[in-house]
Amino acid sequence: MNCTKCKMKAAIKLPRHHAAFCKSCFTHFTHDQVVKAVKSQQMFRKEDRILVAVSGGKDSLALWDILLKLGYRSDALYVNLGIAGYSHRSLDKVRSYADKTAAGYGATLHIHTVEQEEGAGIRELSMLVHRPTCSTCGTIKRYQFNRAAIEKQYDVMATGHNLDDEAARLLGNVLHWQEEYLEKQGPTLPASLDGFAKKVKPLYRLTERELAAYAILHGIDYIVDECPMAQGARTLLYKEVLNRLETESPGTKQNFYWGFLEKQKVKPSVRSTMAERDQACLHPCSTCGQPTTADVCSYCKLMAKAKTHSMS
Amino acid sequence: MHIQLSHPPRTVDIKGPKRAKDLLRELNLVVEAHLVIRGDELVTEDEMLYDQDHIEIRPVISGG
Ligand SMILES: [Zn+2]
Ligand SMILES: [Zn+2]
Repeated sequence: MNCTKCKMKAAIKLPRHHAAFCKSCFTHFTHDQVVKAVKSQQMFRKEDRILVAVSGGKDSLALWDILLKLGYRSDALYVNLGIAGYSHRSLDKVRSYADKTAAGYGATLHIHTVEQEEGAGIRELSMLVHRPTCSTCGTIKRYQFNRAAIEKQYDVMATGHNLDDEAARLLGNVLHWQEEYLEKQGPTLPASLDGFAKKVKPLYRLTERELAAYAILHGIDYIVDECPMAQGARTLLYKEVLNRLETESPGTKQNFYWGFLEKQKVKPSVRSTMAERDQACLHPCSTCGQPTTADVCSYCKLMAKAKTHSMS
Repeated sequence: MHIQLSHPPRTVDIKGPKRAKDLLRELNLVVEAHLVIRGDELVTEDEMLYDQDHIEIRPVISGG
């Protein structure tokens, strides 16, 4: 099979685009998809400072790589949750990318260790507060990234969510008619008020398969295993189902998610009321000062619970 | 040919020559969720794989 563009030997076939690309044309394609995402969803401008949330997985490292190569000013933050074995290996991958490649662009890697701050790893925390680990992990990561972005004065926070992540999440929300979450799902979440960083997902036009291929073709060493805590997560099932549909009928994932975004665009009132509602009910957490709808934010509640349990 | 797989990590031996997509089908793996790597190069599904090749089938789904 040859490259659709230059007729050299192809490295990857992209049925949803009726194309196959060699390494160089594929690189061009992926960069182009990110540029399109950034422009069409008004994510950031050339002068903005971006903080990329990196995990050691293919998506976040590919995102950092693409943003740097496109000439964006992007640093990264790794939140070390202290998951035995896994965190150590994933941090190694992030460090190695930062030293080998990112440093050459003048980019910085920030590392934040939760254990140092709160005195417990994620498994302990989760056992103490009796919550499924993935949601504990999500709460901690969201909190830490937002706080770091605000404190270090970044204009925008970027995560490595890809088309598969967004389509799987949309499927889950639709299956359970979680309309409130449907409103909040989009590639750009504006900074709704002081204390909340703007959040963007520049990879929403690329599939997991394309991002894994990008990492492989560019020699980015990433952590292939899923997080040991995430196994059995509902999202993985949705992804598998979508991949079977995609294999039978290429383009399903993008039609599903991009179609949703088109519909959302027609009803912009929903998103502006969302921002207004956020403005109206958010105020600083009485413990840490981060914005929350309750008196104490969910992160502080989690940590408070963990501490009471560890003392008893 | 020697094939390296993940989740769980294991190796299997399968007789070649064989096209990458037929190999995936034989192992009951969905194309959209996997990439085929020969040596250190990524190959398309129509690529013919031979007994002496070292093959890795890498899952692309990640969680968390
Ligand atoms: Zn080409
Ligand atoms: Zn708080």
